[in-house]
Amino acid sequence: MWLFFHKLASPKHFYRIAGKLIPWLGGLTLILFLAGLYLGLIVAPPDYQQGESYRIMFVHVPSAWMSLFIYVFMAALSAIGLIWNIKLADVMASSSAALGAWFTFLALATGSLWGKPMWGAWWVWDARLTSELILLFLYLGYIALVSAIEDKRTAARAGGVLILVGVVNIPIIHYSVEWWNTLHQGPTVTRLDKPSIHLSMLLPLLIMALAFQLYYFTVVLMRARVEVLERERRSGWVQELFPDGSLERADVMHQQHSSPVDLP
Amino acid sequence: MNLAEFFHMGGYAFYVWTAYALAVIVLALNIVVPLRRKSALLERLARSVKQSNKRP
Repeated sequence: MWLFFHKLASPKHFYRIAGKLIPWLGGLTLILFLAGLYLGLIVAPPDYQQGESYRIMFVHVPSAWMSLFIYVFMAALSAIGLIWNIKLADVMASSSAALGAWFTFLALATGSLWGKPMWGAWWVWDARLTSELILLFLYLGYIALVSAIEDKRTAARAGGVLILVGVVNIPIIHYSVEWWNTLHQGPTVTRLDKPSIHLSMLLPLLIMALAFQLYYFTVVLMRARVEVLERERRSGWVQELFPDGSLERADVMHQQHSSPVDLP
Repeated sequence: MNLAEFFHMGGYAFYVWTAYALAVIVLALNIVVPLRRKSALLERLARSVKQSNKRP
């Protein structure tokens, strides 16, 4: 097991294994998205209070969950990178940041589009919304910091510390609807006793959440793969991908048939 | 449920469809960006290998 992780953490093996995983993850993501959209937009009945507007939930809630998940995942990767000095952890963390920021943006924007018809306002400075906005700034701060530092190692260290300090915001976001009297509704799925949401709505929500999760893993592997190739461009195994300078085998050293134009 | 009713979304069409459109745009954009970065990088690498092969 340990040996497997060691092997995986070597850039060459990561490049190969990620290349194999991406098409499968991508395909599964697409299937889940289609199923989730069908169940969420067509099968699920309208809400008795919010009518059809509640359907925004199926993109809003998974986006918000992902904005939190990616942050915690990045914090774990940053800790691994700082403690054990594993380059791949740094690559995965920095490849996650843009996605985290985009999911946070989506959570805020779709929340705003849901808030307007339900609360009568695009934005209110309540605890949940404000703490989620701070999360967006943490992501943007990380991206700016990492891209401003030339040396990758130093950049990863500085960014890692920023992310780890910002972790305090995560429980604040999660419990904000319980600690403060917010306009944002309380949790309906993660309640310990019994989710207060009907199965016909819960099922598409969970499927969409899984689709978002797999989408993240697909895209983060795609990004990390490019990053690894870029960082390792002077090493032997990358040079070997381009026999006599042709693109033919570069991306497909593990695949039987594929054209260089149609990259996974 | 007919198609017009489906797109009407009980009067919330603007909010619901804008939210879904935003999600689709963001998700598609994040697929396209790494793909383009990758093909640009592969081309650059192939070119540099070709050049270093020319002058041994």
